Amino acid sequence: MSLKRNILDLRKRKQEVQKGGGDEAIGKQIAMGKMTARARILSIVDEGSFHEYDLFVEHAGRDFDMEGKVLHGDGVIIGTGTIYGSPICVFAQDFTVAGGSLGLMHARKITKIMDHALKMRVPLVGINDSGGARIQEGVDSLAGYGEIFFRNTLASGVIPQISVILGPCAGGAVYSPALTDFVFVVENISKMFITGPSVIKTVLGEEISMEDLGGAKVHAELTGNAHFYAISEKECFEQIKKLITYIPWNNTQKAKIFPVKEPVSKYKIEDIVPADARLPYDIRDIIKSISDGSEFFEIMELFAPNIVIGFGRMNGETVGFVANQPKVLAGVLDCDSSDKAARFIRYCNAFNIPLITLEDLPGYLPGVDQEHAGVIRHGAKILYAYSEATVPKITVIIRKAYGGGYIAMNSRHLRADFVFAWPTAEIAVMGPEGAANIVFRKEIAEAEDPEAMRKQKIEEYKEKFANPYVAAARGYVDEVIEPQETRKILLHALQVSANKVDNRPAKKHGIPPF
Amino acid sequence: MAENTIYKPLIVHSAVYKTEYTRKYENRIKWEKPDENKILSFIPGTIIGIQAKEGQKLKEGDVILILEAMKMHNKVQMPFDGKVVKIYVTKGEKIPKMHLMLEVERI
Repeated sequence: MSLKRNILDLRKRKQEVQKGGGDEAIGKQIAMGKMTARARILSIVDEGSFHEYDLFVEHAGRDFDMEGKVLHGDGVIIGTGTIYGSPICVFAQDFTVAGGSLGLMHARKITKIMDHALKMRVPLVGINDSGGARIQEGVDSLAGYGEIFFRNTLASGVIPQISVILGPCAGGAVYSPALTDFVFVVENISKMFITGPSVIKTVLGEEISMEDLGGAKVHAELTGNAHFYAISEKECFEQIKKLITYIPWNNTQKAKIFPVKEPVSKYKIEDIVPADARLPYDIRDIIKSISDGSEFFEIMELFAPNIVIGFGRMNGETVGFVANQPKVLAGVLDCDSSDKAARFIRYCNAFNIPLITLEDLPGYLPGVDQEHAGVIRHGAKILYAYSEATVPKITVIIRKAYGGGYIAMNSRHLRADFVFAWPTAEIAVMGPEGAANIVFRKEIAEAEDPEAMRKQKIEEYKEKFANPYVAAARGYVDEVIEPQETRKILLHALQVSANKVDNRPAKKHGIPPF
Repeated sequence: MAENTIYKPLIVHSAVYKTEYTRKYENRIKWEKPDENKILSFIPGTIIGIQAKEGQKLKEGDVILILEAMKMHNKVQMPFDGKVVKIYVTKGEKIPKMHLMLEVERI
C-alpha cells in the first residue's frame, strides 16, 4: 500500500466508527429530542479544539453471542478540548451504541480520560446518556463503575468535575454524577433514579412516570441532586461554559481574572431592604448591587431557595456568595438549605474562591418534620464547613442575625476574617418578639393590659438589643457600615485578604456530619 | 422585587414574617401522635392472608394477617393482649404505605 492509500484507509475507518450506532440509531436519538454524543461535545468545546482518543477501541464481551458484534468506540467518546481557551477533559456516552451501556472497555475509556484529567490537573466534563450496566459483560461492568467512582473520589477537590445528565442515568450509574461537583440536567431528557418505575410498580405497587420519579425538575427542586436546570441541551451547554469561566483549572490555581465592571445602577442598595425586619425582599438584588457588572451566576436556584448560593466577581476575581433569602421561608436555615450551603462552602474552600456571606435570617425552621429529618445533623454541616474553610471569609449582616443562625452564618466565632454590619442589623439571641415574651414574662402576665405591656416590652428590647452596637462593643462586628459603602468595603477586605495564611492542625481528614 | 406576590406568614420565635413557601414546605407531612390501636402498613404491599376475625381475642404476638412486600411475607402481629375491633383490608388487596389495616384494643 502506498502512503496515500494508508491515509485513505485511515479516513475510511474513522468515518465508519464516528457514526457510532449508525444512521438509524442516530435518527432515533434525534427523534427523542436529543443530540448525538459527538454533537454534544462539539457544542461545549471551542470550535476545532476537540481531539478524540480511543476511537478504535472495541468491546470485550465474550459471552451471550457478543463476540461477533461490533460496538463502535464501545459506546463512549473521550477526548480533550478547550472552553474559552481553558483545557478540559471530556467523555460522552453514546446512546446509539448498545444504549450507551457500560462494559469493560467503555469504562476503561472513561477511566483513562479521568486519569488524564487528574494528572494534567484540568477540569473533567462527563456527559451521561446510558441504559446502565451492560448485562452481557456481567461483573466487568460493575468493576467499571467501581473504578469510575474511585477516581471521582480521588479527583474530588483537586480538579473540578462536572456531570451532565442527557438521557437515562439509572442504578449504580447515578453515583458517579453524585460524587462530582456540579450536575446539569435538562427538562424531559434527564432521568436519574436508583430503581426505575417498573421495579417500583412490581415490588411496591406504586405507579409513577419516569419524569415524576427522577426527571430534571425533581432533581433540581426536590432532591438537590442537580445544580443546574435547563430547558434545552443548548441552554445547558451555555451554563457549563459559563461555569467554567468562574472556576479554576485545579485546586492550586485561582479562577481567571476578568476586567472589572461596576454594578449596574438600577440596583440601588439602600432601596432594596425594608426597614421592618419581618418584611421580605430578594437578596439577589443585594448581591447584584455589589458584584462586578451586577452579574450573579446562581447555583441550585430551585432547591432550598431560602438560601442563595452562586458565583460572582469582585474586582474581576471570582467570589462565592452565600446569602439568606428573606423572600422564601423568611430565609431560615433548615435541613436542605444547610446541606446546600455547606457543600458550596466546601467547594469554594477547595478551589481557592473567597466567600462572601450576606446574613438576614430569623433562625432555624421550626417543625416536627425538620427535627425528625435531622436538622441537627444537617444544620451542623454549615458550622463545619464555615469553620473548616481557610479561604478569605467575609460576612455582611444586613438585618436579622438571631441565635444559632447568627453563629452559623460565618460569624467571627467560626473565624470570619471580617464581619461588617449595616445599621439595620439586629444581632441578638432571638428576635425582639420572642425575647420579650421570655425576659419579661412576669411583667407581661401581671400587667393590667398584657398585650399593651407585651408591645411596650418588645419595643424596649428592640431599642436596647436589636442593633449591631452590642456585638460591635464586643468586637464581634468589626465595623458598622452604611449600605452604599458595602461594595467598596468588600473590595478592600478582599484585597487585604489576598495573601491569607490560616494553618490548621494536620490530619488525615475531618469527620464532617455527612 | 415581585410586588404582586402574595406573601404568607411564617412564625419563628413569636415573630410573624411575610414570605413565600416552597413546594416542599407546603407538602410537608403534619405530625400526628401515633394511635396504638390503629395498625398501619409500614410498607406498600399485598394482603395475602387474614388469620383473625373481627371481635376475636388474641395474645400479644399472635398473627393477624400477612402483608407481602418486596417478596417477603411480613406477619402483622397483635401488639398486646387484646381484641381485633375492625379489619379494613381484604385478602388480595394492594395497599400503600401508612394505610390503615386494622383496629385493635386492649382488654
